[in-house]
Amino acid sequence: MTVFKPSHEEQNKSSSGTVLSRRQFVFGASAMLALTTIPFSKNALASAIGQSLTQLSGKVFDLSIDYKTVNFTGTPARATVINQLFPGPLLRWKEGETVTLRVKNNLDHDSSLHWHGMILPTEMDGVPGLSFAGIKPGETFEYKFPVKQSGTYWYHSHSGFQEQTGVYGAIVIDPKEADPVVFDREHVIMLSDWSDEAPETIYANLKKQSDYYNYSERTMSDLFSDIKKQGLVNTWRARSMWNQERMSDRDISDVTGATYTYLMNGNPPAQPWQALFKQGEKVRLRFINSSAMTIFDVRIPGLKMTVVASDGQNVQPVTIDEFRIGVAETYDVIVEPKMEDAYCIFVQSIDRSGYTVGNFTSDEMFTAKIPDMDPMPILGHGDMGMNMEGMDHSKMAMGSDSMSGMEGMDHSKMAMGSDSMSGMEGMDHSKMAMGSGSMAGMEGMDHSKMAMGSGSMTGMEGMDLSQPSMVMPTLGLAGYGSDNEIKHLDSENGPQVDMQSGMPQSGLNDPGIGLRDHQANYNRKVLTYADLKGLHPTHDKRQPTREIQLHLTGNMNRYMWSINGINFADSAPLELAYNERVRITLVNDTMMIHPMHLHGVWSELETGDPDYIPRKHTVMVQPGSKISYLVTADALGQWAYHCHLLYHMPGMFRKVVIK
Amino acid sequence: MKNFNSLGFTLVMATAFVMSSLSYAGAEDDPLLSYVAIDQLEKGLESDDPISFSFQAWVGYDMDKIWLKTSGEYQNSDDQDLEVQALYSHAVAPYWDMQMGVRRDIKPSPSRDWLVLGFQGLAPYFFDIDGAFFVGEKGQTSIRLSIEQEWLITQKLILTPEFEMNAYGKSDDELSMGAGLTDINAGLRLKYEITRKFAPYIGIDWSKKLGATADLARDNGDSISNSQFVIGVTAWF
Repeated sequence: MTVFKPSHEEQNKSSSGTVLSRRQFVFGASAMLALTTIPFSKNALASAIGQSLTQLSGKVFDLSIDYKTVNFTGTPARATVINQLFPGPLLRWKEGETVTLRVKNNLDHDSSLHWHGMILPTEMDGVPGLSFAGIKPGETFEYKFPVKQSGTYWYHSHSGFQEQTGVYGAIVIDPKEADPVVFDREHVIMLSDWSDEAPETIYANLKKQSDYYNYSERTMSDLFSDIKKQGLVNTWRARSMWNQERMSDRDISDVTGATYTYLMNGNPPAQPWQALFKQGEKVRLRFINSSAMTIFDVRIPGLKMTVVASDGQNVQPVTIDEFRIGVAETYDVIVEPKMEDAYCIFVQSIDRSGYTVGNFTSDEMFTAKIPDMDPMPILGHGDMGMNMEGMDHSKMAMGSDSMSGMEGMDHSKMAMGSDSMSGMEGMDHSKMAMGSGSMAGMEGMDHSKMAMGSGSMTGMEGMDLSQPSMVMPTLGLAGYGSDNEIKHLDSENGPQVDMQSGMPQSGLNDPGIGLRDHQANYNRKVLTYADLKGLHPTHDKRQPTREIQLHLTGNMNRYMWSINGINFADSAPLELAYNERVRITLVNDTMMIHPMHLHGVWSELETGDPDYIPRKHTVMVQPGSKISYLVTADALGQWAYHCHLLYHMPGMFRKVVIK
Repeated sequence: MKNFNSLGFTLVMATAFVMSSLSYAGAEDDPLLSYVAIDQLEKGLESDDPISFSFQAWVGYDMDKIWLKTSGEYQNSDDQDLEVQALYSHAVAPYWDMQMGVRRDIKPSPSRDWLVLGFQGLAPYFFDIDGAFFVGEKGQTSIRLSIEQEWLITQKLILTPEFEMNAYGKSDDELSMGAGLTDINAGLRLKYEITRKFAPYIGIDWSKKLGATADLARDNGDSISNSQFVIGVTAWF
């Protein structure tokens, strides 16, 4: 891969200063607290073109959180901002240094800043009630911690719903050693969602009418066209499960473009942000999803993207055409535009209710054409944790038990499932292939291994049967994910939970709803989590000593969210022993993606290679699916663990105590 | 029955208080919220058609709410209906709330007071259901079942068929109600949601008295069935 060079060569270069000076072209690595606005200030069309992020670099930062009137929609609205900037300033740090951040709160309410993805002492993590008491109005809190990592991160308020109204900014940390990723120029691309409505109003609206913002529900004309295409009987069958479950296959996003304006570096699509490149350059784009509620799909028509980092951590480069970025995730990609041209950085919301764009161009006068949005995804049975394809009987047996927990779900319907699938509109074939897709790892496996239990299949791959660890088969081997049976606890039964996944499939190989057919239909390679392998060898090669299975639960209709059916207020902390190596398996018992963020320690996503386990801070759990990661509990203290969708977070939250 | 009145009054006041002070959620998981819905406020197209309404309001949390329901019809000062229910509502299943409390039929006279045990929620196939069992002050019993569905013609143009039935355990001569099924009501309303919270509608409404109640109506020279075109608004906040 061309973007990587042997490290000695890299070191030589940086000592000669050429790498740094090239970087200075974009980001002045200037003196402490120097303000640098990047780039194209000389642009003749500057007034029509969106603003870029403002960078602060150095070791000591003074930040203040204030109210500010903004106008993204034609109507002025009150935002909460950092240093009068929306988004807040881009903080540029250097690995190995200690940073001091003095944060003054000028709001009428408590505030805080959380340094998302940073490995730091618990009292610096910025979560009111866990790390500290929060910053009272008028007060200043001084954060000070050593920077022990490099890459692309972000920071945001962890108080109230201030993330929705603008208290967030980007963090870029330059590595102490030479950067294994080589590039000539870089741009930070911060994605977010803005509403003129107060976040408290949005939350209350959702509690009163959960589909308040969904203007893509099934209509009677959908029904008539289904009947026309598939006939009455097949349509009835296809609809009956959704109707019996009282769920909508169009329930993709809780909050949509009906109220959101999607922003790129604080610019609405009507006034796109612009980024420059020179022909032949390697450009590093650092994507950060700082939305409150919006999962985005990102592509740059005409350019391949090589993913080189996820959540700040370097990964083995993988070249793709499109990727999904969950709330709070970050991805660094390298693009190499070969021609003088303008490209559209096209970022559409997962439910296709809106988009934001950037103009990535070699010339300020060029403007790229904005593509059409892709069709809206429609949920299938697999997204309810009921995969009927590629299912073996052991899973079936297990599933039917836990299925009985599903209200109104009778088994005859299951038997009917395979028939009705063929007639099901919106059930795309790649989704069915998902079942077989996640089995792809089993190719070349013999049947004796298959017989060993479905859950362990991925873990069996390439395993040496003579290894003694085979004798203790209760936990899957590190790097391969969970073997364990899916168990629904009694606490999941009640008015607060409307669904349990009977047969959750691994979300690892699944591009996700709305993206599964992009390879087939558009020849676009879509990133999956299975593509992520750490660039550096796994730090902690120990096997997990135990596994914690957590179920992400909720009642969409009542708009209640919880873990294992228990909301944060009623929950006991999750306790980890200091330095233990543990596997967390998340089972999604809802039909929405939940980007789960564990503070303080890495979430080492088990993507199939124990030697190169990628480290993440936020992991998307697909609807009706499961996913596993390893955690080394090497950070004492109290940490937050929650869904990063802002309006799920109050309930779907746990305190984690490492002692 | 005085205590019924004072309880109802307190609930109305509590609701009004919460409404006037803007409910602020913060990042509380389960903030105290309030809700007021004008489900129907309509007038028949003929000049002598009545004005009728159906409102509900609640204040409370995810699992527990105080719920008020009121409905009525006004033709003229001699011919009107007015009923108020004050209920405690508790979530008992993912889609169901159990509700209990009191109901007063203020009009027609004489007024009647009832204890209420009901279920409100969403049944499979997206039927909105409100069913209740009533026990009156003199051992009278009654049941009521309302069923409603929403059919989306477009995202904003919505057709709502609804059906309601009432039954009495024994006759109430003063009010000309016979034992058994007393009346059924069916409606079909087409609303256009200008916003999620406000929609004008047109519709047809048909009601019919049944059984002994119909006999009593006939004896009094009253009509036993009635149908009308209506125009109205629905809103919530």
